[in-house]
Amino acid sequence: MIKVKINGQEQSWDGDPDLPLLWFLRDEAGLTGTKFGCGQALCGACTVIVDKEAVRSCITSINDVAGREITTIEGLHPNGDHPVQKAWRQVNVPQCGFCQAGQIMQAAALLMENPKPSHDQIREAMAGNICRCGCYQRIENAVHLASTGV
Amino acid sequence: MNFIDKPAKLRGFEKSIRVEKVSRRSILKGLGVTGGFVLAAPVMSRQAFAYETGAGKMPHGVVVDPRVFVAVAPDGTVTILAHRSEMGTGVRTSLPLIVAEEMEADWSKVKVQQAHGDEVKFGNQDTDGSRSTRHYLIPMRQIGASARSMLEQAAAKRWGVPATEVKAVNHEVVHSASGRKLGFGELAADAAKESVPAIEGLKLKDPKDFRYLGKGQVSIVDLHDITTGKARYGADVRLPGMKYAVIARPPVTGGKLVKFDAEAALKVPGVEKVMQVRGWPWPSKFQPLGGVAVIARNTGAAIKGRDALKLTWDDGANGKYDSVAYRKELEEASRKPGLVVRQEGDADAALKSADKVVVGEYYLPHLAHVSMEPPVAVADVKGDKAEIWAPVQSPGGTREDVAKTLGIPEGNVTVNVTLLGGGFGRKSKCDFALEAALLSKELGAPVKVQWTREDDLHHDFLHTVSVERIEAGLDKSGKVIAWRHRSVAPTIASTFAAGAKHAAAFELGMGLVDMPFEIANISCENPEAAAFTRIGWFRSVSNIPRAFAVQSMVGEIAAATGRDQKETLLALIGSPRIVKPAVKDMWNYGEPYDSYPIDTARLRKVVELVAEKGEWGRTVPKGHGLGIAVHRSFVSYIATIVEVAVDDKGKLTVPRVDTAIDCGTYVNPERIASQIEGAAIMGLSLAKYGAVTFKDGKVEQKNFDDFQVIRMDESPGVTNVYIVPPAPDTPPSGVGEPGVPPFAPALMNAIFAATGKRIRSMPLGKQLEA
Repeated sequence: MIKVKINGQEQSWDGDPDLPLLWFLRDEAGLTGTKFGCGQALCGACTVIVDKEAVRSCITSINDVAGREITTIEGLHPNGDHPVQKAWRQVNVPQCGFCQAGQIMQAAALLMENPKPSHDQIREAMAGNICRCGCYQRIENAVHLASTGV
Repeated sequence: MNFIDKPAKLRGFEKSIRVEKVSRRSILKGLGVTGGFVLAAPVMSRQAFAYETGAGKMPHGVVVDPRVFVAVAPDGTVTILAHRSEMGTGVRTSLPLIVAEEMEADWSKVKVQQAHGDEVKFGNQDTDGSRSTRHYLIPMRQIGASARSMLEQAAAKRWGVPATEVKAVNHEVVHSASGRKLGFGELAADAAKESVPAIEGLKLKDPKDFRYLGKGQVSIVDLHDITTGKARYGADVRLPGMKYAVIARPPVTGGKLVKFDAEAALKVPGVEKVMQVRGWPWPSKFQPLGGVAVIARNTGAAIKGRDALKLTWDDGANGKYDSVAYRKELEEASRKPGLVVRQEGDADAALKSADKVVVGEYYLPHLAHVSMEPPVAVADVKGDKAEIWAPVQSPGGTREDVAKTLGIPEGNVTVNVTLLGGGFGRKSKCDFALEAALLSKELGAPVKVQWTREDDLHHDFLHTVSVERIEAGLDKSGKVIAWRHRSVAPTIASTFAAGAKHAAAFELGMGLVDMPFEIANISCENPEAAAFTRIGWFRSVSNIPRAFAVQSMVGEIAAATGRDQKETLLALIGSPRIVKPAVKDMWNYGEPYDSYPIDTARLRKVVELVAEKGEWGRTVPKGHGLGIAVHRSFVSYIATIVEVAVDDKGKLTVPRVDTAIDCGTYVNPERIASQIEGAAIMGLSLAKYGAVTFKDGKVEQKNFDDFQVIRMDESPGVTNVYIVPPAPDTPPSGVGEPGVPPFAPALMNAIFAATGKRIRSMPLGKQLEA
């Protein structure tokens, strides 16, 4: 039996220990905010925060995170008012929106590690998250806004 | 084959014929529709509006009935139906916003509800072709005005005053003479009893009184849900007892399963069943390819189970498709005469007599859509009833195809439209929903079919592959006196009809025969090209290779004559005029030419605007270069300036992009800007990396590592968007697609300015490093 804490709640799994965390979250725990985009850690749509680190849940097995604390987009802030989420809305970032949970989680993890990232640091830290609609300019502006308030 | 040329991008081409031959009225009679009013095309009356659109010619036309689209609750909440699909353009917000504007509803009291697939009820629902605002601005205003009028009538009756004395203002109806007011909620029950006013008598708001239209202060309705993970896409649908399926499909288009061994797959924990999926012979429109499905308790188990399948395929006739060899075939075809599709003057003679002939052969490989949400659908089929949940651009077409595939009446099929995690034309084809329907029927349980990214790349309806060859003849003064453009590419029609080898009118009309330059001798030709895989619409479609070729050629002519790119471009566009190409079927994006002509004054205007705002001619640092391109597509006019920087190792960066768009009357400039910003990214993606290639009939790319798209660290430093303010009564035109085509040629012209290297073969790849 594998035990994990997801958004503050204990969850357990006694199936295949190799099951990617992504599918545990989406199909078994019903937390569909975390998205499937590539399955190979190439696009970042499945990004969640494990302890304080951004992790691609599509190549992370449930066994790898046993006993760890996982935060998904649903648990980032009780009212959805994390500074990154607020900045995202202020800048009107999303088009289709599908990659945005992953982008927001990546940005939140970045700001935990580096509260005032530079232009280049934002572009580098967010480069693992693909947005096919092409919202990058606004993502960059929103991360900047979340970190500086302006 | 001429039916292929009809509107609706071929979706349900059978239906186009039917719509043409049967009057709308008789269809309605047949269905026993009595109440309400459903209008035949065209809905726009000439007295009321300055223009007509092609909306009425789309399958099932347009429905203008407030009782279908608007509901007012006693508490004042106004619910407005969105009948088009949301894939990132903002349409789910924009169309209801038009209704709210015209009915004087307060947007903060409006709820948007997504319509299911039912074109008899809602009119055409195909969300493609950059058509939604252009076809629905007026109908949505009429719906809003009807609702407003019914509320005003109800208030006037309640007060016993003439309706002319009352006025709806911001969610209430006011009688200013007596100072009385009634909220929309208080009037809801009475208003519902009012008859729907005749369209001809409706009075629309004066645009100067608009609160929302053209302002851009309203955010998309799904913004909060998207940022909190609550937004529901196709992949997020969960039903009690639902199974998860992943399918192994024939690796070559038209291939067949010979045998399979499921023993190992069935041993994977969580795998419950392995079953064959019915396939249709190629080409078969959007029917499934067939294969073997692994059914499991979660998607992860289904993927693992599929990896464990032992499969033997017969690759069939397309097993030899090879992109390297095929490119040579296209190039050879482009060097010989082909079917003439536009002829003015005598291009052959003029080319012979020309002082100089500039020749360019431009190659663009297949492109994949790779929307961030791979195809996915949920189906629950019980007996002769089917319910589908899917991210489809074509809810009506999906309903029709599910009914046909299962052999049940269309009325027994419910198609619930989720949000789309990107579409770009891929989700106009409902094959994934048909797979889910077939599996659910056989399993007797709800099932979700999830495509992996590899599935998406291997079984896409790809953008075609093309060679565009242009020969421009110049006289001694450098003036272009002859233009021969040969366009060779497998046609989308090949996905519908075996052996189709010539472009359909809608493909010819995307940048080939509608070429706007003022040149005396023009020949546009379309040599044959056979298809060996599924070809489909990709955002902007044939405009991508055509704008790449035509606008690169402008740069080449500028270089050959030693003149400025922008001046060369304006000289080729020529005098401000309405262009009348000598073409049998102009297609014109399905729009009446009177409303949407090729207007070179507007084309010049966007060039001049972008040149001014984008500071054309500015001094740039060493290794930098500026490129410009303009293209009319989806009846909008767009010009782009790209600044590139190329370092001494050949590494490309894009410090700045400027784009000017004239899309006529518009609804939400904030979303227009987001579409154009995104188009620059998509344009850069395809120009730098875009290539799906075939070897032995199979797609060589697998995922985002070998089919790359632009990431944030290589995205443009800044993208500026300028929207041309519309003259009164200018018809609305496309926004979702037109931004893409001018990007690549502007980029290639900029690369030439920076390095002197002319890139004629996309993608750029490592060409600058050589």
